Amino acid sequence: MSSSQDDIKSNILTTTIESAVNWGRKNSLWPMPFGTACCGIEFMAVLAARTDIARFGAEAIRFSPRQSDLLIVAGRISLKMMPVLIRIYEQMPEPKWVVSMGACASTGGVFDTYSVIQGVDQFIPVDVYVPGCPPRPEGVVESLLKIQELVDTDKLSDYELSNSK
Amino acid sequence: MSLKETIASVKESFSEAVLDVTECSGEQIVHVKGDGVFSILQLFKDEGFDFLADLTAVDNMNLGGFERFAVVYHLLSHKFLMRVTVKAYINEKNPILPSVESLWKTADWQEREVYDLFGISFENHPDLTRIMNPEAFDGHPLRKDYPRKGRTERIDFPQVMRGIKKENKTE
Repeated sequence: MSSSQDDIKSNILTTTIESAVNWGRKNSLWPMPFGTACCGIEFMAVLAARTDIARFGAEAIRFSPRQSDLLIVAGRISLKMMPVLIRIYEQMPEPKWVVSMGACASTGGVFDTYSVIQGVDQFIPVDVYVPGCPPRPEGVVESLLKIQELVDTDKLSDYELSNSK
Repeated sequence: MSLKETIASVKESFSEAVLDVTECSGEQIVHVKGDGVFSILQLFKDEGFDFLADLTAVDNMNLGGFERFAVVYHLLSHKFLMRVTVKAYINEKNPILPSVESLWKTADWQEREVYDLFGISFENHPDLTRIMNPEAFDGHPLRKDYPRKGRTERIDFPQVMRGIKKENKTE
């Protein structure tokens, strides 16, 4: 074997386009934090030094839904806020994932009143729920890892059905 | 004029409107009919009660009282360092009171809040619209006959489906 062939073998890596795309996506999730209550404050702790989600490539917090692919619903959603949340979700480009952080976003929590939505999953699709009131930062990191697993199982063929609906 | 004298003069001038005067924790409470509340509050303002500390309402449905609703005015005089509470009673069939926005500007939003949550209207209010609930909201949630879980407000939203992605995935 010539040395140039050796160079090729040790410098070129073959993979599928699917794995390459998923690898890129899962390691650069850009979260859009929808913090409406104490979970929003707790989410800041996730970004801080101790649990630093930059280790998982998700430190680029975008406050514009058009630049993000992971919606983190952190806090209770009131009657007036639900249309805003739906609008934000719809503004995010595909592909997108949703984390429902904490008891209030997932179920309404202790706020069983006329003005609090009893779980955002009634109206927008949620991928991962994080229990807790508020959840520990480790819980949010775990949810991020779960989202990464989901991203990893994505099939590119799913995207070819764009006009099927 | 001391507070006792002011209240005595209110009782004298508006004997028809004043229902009762009570004392609670050392503070005077004047119970009045809804019709006469504006002139009574104006008199208090002229006597030095320059500050409307709070304007709120009580639903007496299960409590008993002169009428179903009591709108409560907490007045404070910075000059004499005195407080007085005025309670205006109105029935549920015709829950309308005169607005005191012309006396204290702060009544503007507080009356909107009472209107939003109790359904009590204020005449001559500059902009009597809902302040907390959505504009299309139906009902007044702090009334005691309003169900705690609401009617259908909190489930009355469109459901957004997943986009092109995962459309054909079995979940």
